[in-house]
Amino acid sequence: MLHTLKPCEIQTGGFCFENTRRNAVLESSLSESGYKAPGARKTGTTIAGIVFKDGVILGADTRATDDMVVADKNCMKIHYIAPNIYCCGAGVAADADVTTQIMSSNVELHMLNTGRPALVTMVTRQLKQMLFRYQGQIGASLIVGGVDVTGPQLYSVYPHGSYDKLPFLTMGSGAAAAVSVFEDRFKPNMELEEAKQLVREAITAGIFCDLGSGSNVDLCIITEAGVEMLRGYDKPAMKGKREGQYRYKPGTTAVLTKTVTPFPLVVVDESVQIMDPE
Amino acid sequence: MCRNVNGTQPDIQVYPTESGRNGITMNTRGLRSQLKDSVPVAGLCPQGAYGVQDSLRSGFTSVKNELLPSHPLELSEKNFMLNQDKMNFSSLRNIQGLHAPLKLQMEYRAARQIQRLPFLQSSNLALDTLRGNDESIGFEDILNDPTQSEMMGEPHMMVEYKLGLM
Repeated sequence: MLHTLKPCEIQTGGFCFENTRRNAVLESSLSESGYKAPGARKTGTTIAGIVFKDGVILGADTRATDDMVVADKNCMKIHYIAPNIYCCGAGVAADADVTTQIMSSNVELHMLNTGRPALVTMVTRQLKQMLFRYQGQIGASLIVGGVDVTGPQLYSVYPHGSYDKLPFLTMGSGAAAAVSVFEDRFKPNMELEEAKQLVREAITAGIFCDLGSGSNVDLCIITEAGVEMLRGYDKPAMKGKREGQYRYKPGTTAVLTKTVTPFPLVVVDESVQIMDPE
Repeated sequence: MCRNVNGTQPDIQVYPTESGRNGITMNTRGLRSQLKDSVPVAGLCPQGAYGVQDSLRSGFTSVKNELLPSHPLELSEKNFMLNQDKMNFSSLRNIQGLHAPLKLQMEYRAARQIQRLPFLQSSNLALDTLRGNDESIGFEDILNDPTQSEMMGEPHMMVEYKLGLM
């Protein structure tokens, strides 16, 4: 039936819920025949952040999974938000990407408006207000870290909109493995090298102990002086190189006896099939 | 102050006030009452002349389709701007007095009337500036951009609808 009044209503942008009923019907009919509807690609991640003496270090693994299959072996989970603020994203990959891009644009507009460099609390506040507005339907868990005029700060924002401010944080499916390393060895006001090693070990714990995380370790070091992105800082899951040859030389085993038995074959039928050269 | 005679809902509701301990009057009803009537209950007030379901224009009725929202966010997203405005105006009224939201609403109504022809998408520049939407980017700017929609709409029908001839 033609809905002739629909185009007369004012069209707004944003999310469109027209197809939800149709999708629900499709999913139920698919599950009846035994198929599964395609799902969103999650990152199945380990992300971690730590506050050290001069700033903040963010770390992440680089594997993106699609339900038990590795979709991307080297994806980038540390996103740029402002020159002094970076954000790691876990959860649904597309949601984390688009959310951080929207945040980055909003921060740039805000900086142009106020004429001041961005604060980490401002990013966290905008993030949590947006995520709460969508009631967790946007599945992005983020760790926001940066150095601004008030010092180095680290916040974690959950998909439903809650946030935490802590000296060390982990998120993602490998969070339990990574946070155990932090709980064991974290000290306040660590030096740069020590902090880098600690984050590397936490992410490596996530890579080895969690099926959803893997490949390399990425680090991002934010200090007042600037930002250093270390992509592929450590590759713990790389295949080891074989040190020696394990094949036996011909002639290693001595031949003791040799018996030859001829096997008579009778030609029963002979047919020729011409193959098409093309 | 002139009353709105077109039958649309007044944007500022009168709530009972009570005097507090120091003689300060406060609105006791709070936000709950305003949020309640912003949820639309479709199907009980069908559009069309005489209040009867207009099958030619809006299709057949299906009570199930209209009473239950298909997505948990559908209703809250439809009313988001409305609820935000009501919240802001109510707190503005409490802080600065009745004149502040009245003046702002007058400006909003004036800005809302600056539109192109009915089937053309207008930029809503004045409305965006008043609301502060020109300084932020959200999903309404990225997804489902009305300027790039695939449906055009019929100009004759839309003009007739706007002029009330339909």
